[in-house]
Amino acid sequence: MGYFVFLLGSLAAIWFGLSGMTKPLILAFGAVSVILSAILAYRFDILDRESSPYARLPQLAAYWAWLVVEIFKANWIVIKACLRSNLDINPALVKVKTVCESDLAKTVFANSITLTPGTVSVAVEGDKILVHALYEEEAGPGAFDEMDRRSRLASDGRSKA
Amino acid sequence: MTELLSFIDAVRPGLGAFLLLVGSLLAIIGTVGVLRFPDFYTRLHAASVTDTAAVTLAVIGMGLLAPSWVVMAKLVAIWLFIFLTGPTASHAIANAAHTAGLEPLIGRQGRGEDEGDAS
Repeated sequence: MGYFVFLLGSLAAIWFGLSGMTKPLILAFGAVSVILSAILAYRFDILDRESSPYARLPQLAAYWAWLVVEIFKANWIVIKACLRSNLDINPALVKVKTVCESDLAKTVFANSITLTPGTVSVAVEGDKILVHALYEEEAGPGAFDEMDRRSRLASDGRSKA
Repeated sequence: MTELLSFIDAVRPGLGAFLLLVGSLLAIIGTVGVLRFPDFYTRLHAASVTDTAAVTLAVIGMGLLAPSWVVMAKLVAIWLFIFLTGPTASHAIANAAHTAGLEPLIGRQGRGEDEGDAS
């Protein structure tokens, strides 16, 4: 039930953000379409914590803010690599072990790795993620530990098993 | 208070234009990287500069120039969608290359390039 209410709320917010109109007729259309979509999602039986993770929105938002700062730091390294007159890179393929258990946490972690410039997650095998990095130094042991811990904390709410 | 508001209104267009310019510059830098880097996987890294920092700065710049909050809401939605779908697409491309057996270039590349011996 909680998922249903959260889905309704977020759909309504998205609808209003995209239309921004307050005429009664348009508002009624919006309400009908929002409720219809939520009922369809319920009928399709896809209402779970993956399709409606809004209950964890504060934690995910906090993680997001941290991640944006990390992205900008990593961007700087890649920008310097792009502009250096003598090409000087050290690409490597490394395996990163993750402590994330749920699919949502793994997705958040792997997507964070890809989003950070200089590292791309190539394949996910069980609890290991194959990562291609522009600099081997940036992807050494422990380089992803904090991101791993934080993404698990944000999407699962636990930092230790 | 009104002074502060009018100051913000005066600064907004200039700051927005400046952020747009910096964002475009970063997009160009990303493109330069795509052209310069030696193999498929490293080019993917250069492209990610374009779809993170450049997009963020450009969207913030456009938000400063936006005439109403509705436009702002749409910009936020665009930004979120790019940040959610971009890595998924990059991962799909990288995974496809890996599955198809494309070997990445490993190890230090191009430091102190000697004449005629460029790697």
